[in-house]
Amino acid sequence: MPLSLAIVVVALPLLMFLFLGLVGVKMGRKITGVIGVIAMLVDTVLAYGVALTYFFGSGEGQMVDGVRQAVVVANPAWLSFTDTLVVRMGVLVDPIAAMMLVVITTVSLMVHLYSLGYMSDHDGNAEKGFQRYYAFLALFTFSMLGLVVATNIFQIFIFFEMVGLSSYLLIGFYYSTPAANHANKKAFIVTRLADLFFLLGIMILSYYTGTFDFDKLVFGPTMSGSLETAQSAISTAGGATFMGCSVMAWALTFIFIGGAGKSAMYPLHIWLPDAMEGPTPVSALIHAATMVVAGVFLVARLFPLYVLVQGAMNIILVVGAFTAFYAAAIACTQSDIKRALAFSTISQIAFMMTSLAVSSNNNALIEIHEGQGLGYMASMFHLFTHAMFKALLFLCAGAIIHAVHSNENSKMHGLHKFMPITSICFLIGCLAIAGIPPFAGFWSKDEILVAAYHRGLGWGLWMSMVACMTAFYMFRIYYLIFFWKKHEVHDEHHAPKDQVWTMTLPLIILAVISCVAGFVPFHNMVTWDGHHLHTAIDWTVAGSSVAVALVGIGLATVMYYKENPLPERMANAMRGLWTASYKRFYMDELYQFITHKVIFQTLCVPIAWFDRHIIDGFFNLLADTTNSVSYGIRRLQSGSIQAYVFIYLLGALLLAAITAVCVMLF
Amino acid sequence: MDLTLFMYLIPSLIMFGCGVYGFITRKNMIAIMISLELMLNSVDINFVVFNRYLFPGQLEGMFFSLFAIAIAAAETALAIAIIINVFRIAKNVDIKQITKLKF
Amino acid sequence: MESVGNIILYFIVAIAIIVFSVLTVTTRKILRSATYLLFVLFATAIIYFQMDYEFLGAVQIAVYAGGILVLFVFAIMLTHRPGHDAEALTSHRRWLGLTAALAGVGVCGYALFSYADFAGKVITSGSTFDMVQIGRFLLSTDKYGYLLPFEAISVLLLACIIGGVVIARRR
Repeated sequence: MPLSLAIVVVALPLLMFLFLGLVGVKMGRKITGVIGVIAMLVDTVLAYGVALTYFFGSGEGQMVDGVRQAVVVANPAWLSFTDTLVVRMGVLVDPIAAMMLVVITTVSLMVHLYSLGYMSDHDGNAEKGFQRYYAFLALFTFSMLGLVVATNIFQIFIFFEMVGLSSYLLIGFYYSTPAANHANKKAFIVTRLADLFFLLGIMILSYYTGTFDFDKLVFGPTMSGSLETAQSAISTAGGATFMGCSVMAWALTFIFIGGAGKSAMYPLHIWLPDAMEGPTPVSALIHAATMVVAGVFLVARLFPLYVLVQGAMNIILVVGAFTAFYAAAIACTQSDIKRALAFSTISQIAFMMTSLAVSSNNNALIEIHEGQGLGYMASMFHLFTHAMFKALLFLCAGAIIHAVHSNENSKMHGLHKFMPITSICFLIGCLAIAGIPPFAGFWSKDEILVAAYHRGLGWGLWMSMVACMTAFYMFRIYYLIFFWKKHEVHDEHHAPKDQVWTMTLPLIILAVISCVAGFVPFHNMVTWDGHHLHTAIDWTVAGSSVAVALVGIGLATVMYYKENPLPERMANAMRGLWTASYKRFYMDELYQFITHKVIFQTLCVPIAWFDRHIIDGFFNLLADTTNSVSYGIRRLQSGSIQAYVFIYLLGALLLAAITAVCVMLF
Repeated sequence: MDLTLFMYLIPSLIMFGCGVYGFITRKNMIAIMISLELMLNSVDINFVVFNRYLFPGQLEGMFFSLFAIAIAAAETALAIAIIINVFRIAKNVDIKQITKLKF
Repeated sequence: MESVGNIILYFIVAIAIIVFSVLTVTTRKILRSATYLLFVLFATAIIYFQMDYEFLGAVQIAVYAGGILVLFVFAIMLTHRPGHDAEALTSHRRWLGLTAALAGVGVCGYALFSYADFAGKVITSGSTFDMVQIGRFLLSTDKYGYLLPFEAISVLLLACIIGGVVIARRR
């Protein structure tokens, strides 16, 4: 299968968006959904074909001297600023792009299929806005695919904005509920703020290096990640500095802030929990599996540059490590299962960021050439597995919510008997995220921990602790949903049960993938420089990570398996900490304070007053004057033609007389 | 005694003045139209007289009058159609009493 | 030097125009007003004949006196009961009209008197044009040709016919 099919993979969802968006209203609701699923299925098959061809095929010089190359399938110029500065819109297939194609199309297909059931009521009738929903899903899929195959950083920026837009549209899908409106505005504004920094970073980067293109920034002559190319790009900037730091450090930090906004890194994470107001399949697709890893992808894409600019990398490391812990701590107390999962997502993405950041240290050049790009590989591996099991968890949560009509785990308890398939799938997801072998999460998380220990014992211990918390909070959620106490059924007819096959099938497929994804030979396929990475399981790390996971699971079992007063007592014992965690450490309140009390009160209120009273007042004065004058002189417009003629005639005569006088005098 | 240009312009001028007077003072729409015709007619005379006296080799003034007469005919026909229509609705042709569309 | 007959004719015409114009706008009987207008139009036609523009005179009589005036008479018959006079003018309106008319006449008359040199011009027995030439001018596209306005007027007349029918037709 030729790699140029990647163009079709990207374009097909766009066509579906246009088709469903323009024609969908004329068709039946179910039909649109089925068409969307079929198109996505075709797209997925094509994407798998492209990825398999890329990784295992032998054509088009994909492997040169054992180095896997990036293949630029198409790269037409789109905007020419100057002769040298040209924005192109292209399709580039390299290891991470090919991997992302697989991830996006798989999860998107599952979500498309799942939504057929989820977006219908219990009698199987599709909801209002079904066509719009599918059109937006297609738009999102297109934007995300366009993002990962981008050939230059400006293209990434454009598609960054487009995924933000589709995320906005889908969070606000239930536009009649105020919460959804607030949530999508919040998501859009926070990510836009971050994207502003991203744009600044791009401007600085392209100004000093004179290019947007990855092949000049990070790809070497063999079209794979190259520190030499990155070094020459950086030296193009010369030694330009700003406020004591090199401009490249500024540029890369700004770009990271853009990625942090999309990937919900602290302190820009506040939009993600609120984004759970959208339909649950959307949360699974956008806010768990694909869009939120865009930031990780971005850093991975520019990895050689970050390796060389250690300052920026250290910021990523600190932010990532802190966010991982912070989000895990919050996830331990949340009662809304979607929010708990959202914080889990934040924590896991922070894992990926940290993993990227630990894969280099101050003598990066030497280290990385000795084959220590482990963190990069681990990060991408975790991105892949996490997308699968987190999508699985979200889709399970969606099925549960669909069954009990509530997000609160207090309404769930003891569902194991009623929804056995969902329960098992959720368990598999939990085991995967907790890092129990042989499930997917174990393999990727283990690599991350190895990389972290390699960087330093402190980082390794820290991440192990977060891994333990991960196991704890995931099983806390699991037990609170499926066990804890007997489920109270008020009405036998509406007892919760496993949902229709369109919703159950994706769960099973994703559960199977979560079981086996860990065996994908990532170290042979996805590395930053295209070389094979020789890794072996480090059993001390692996053993300890399994041990901490088991500790977390055991603790959760003791506290939450059966109804008991222990959790309540512990919460009371640490009331302050518990409340702080439950309130998400008051970050939202802090933002609220800063925006409302500080910015609004001191800046916006006076400006608004000025606008309302001075600017508006001036124009109101103009309007009122015109109005009153017109009202006063409206009687001149009497409608009496004879009066008009009289005045016209006198005027004409006066003019004639004046002319005559002037002619006589001069 | 010669018949000068001046001698033709005087009756024309008086005719125009009468037209103005009639247009302003009359209340009957048809009477207003008649006054209008007077004014038009006086202008026609002017065109013709100027043409004949000042540019005897040409015919512009004459043609202008010709076209003016044609247009006047069209305009009068239309105006009278409107007047009759108004009369049907308002049972009146007095402009002082047709005030339905005023503010 | 004009012929005596011509001069006498001029005076008759001039006096007729002045008198009947004034009567047209002062009489309170609308039908009489139309009749006086007819006389004014006839007098105008005579002026055109005096100027040797026979065709224009003929048109004046046929179109104005024959067509438009008949229209007026019909309209008057349709909208007025016989023997019903217009009410007397208020002095306010009369003064208004008089002011406007007299001001106009005054200014224009002053202009006429102040340009006495050309106002005193005498008619020259220049070349006169016969019907054939007028017809050629009307349908010619050369210099001094009037085909375009001629056609425009025809379209205008057509539009007026349609407009008249649409407006006046009983719904």
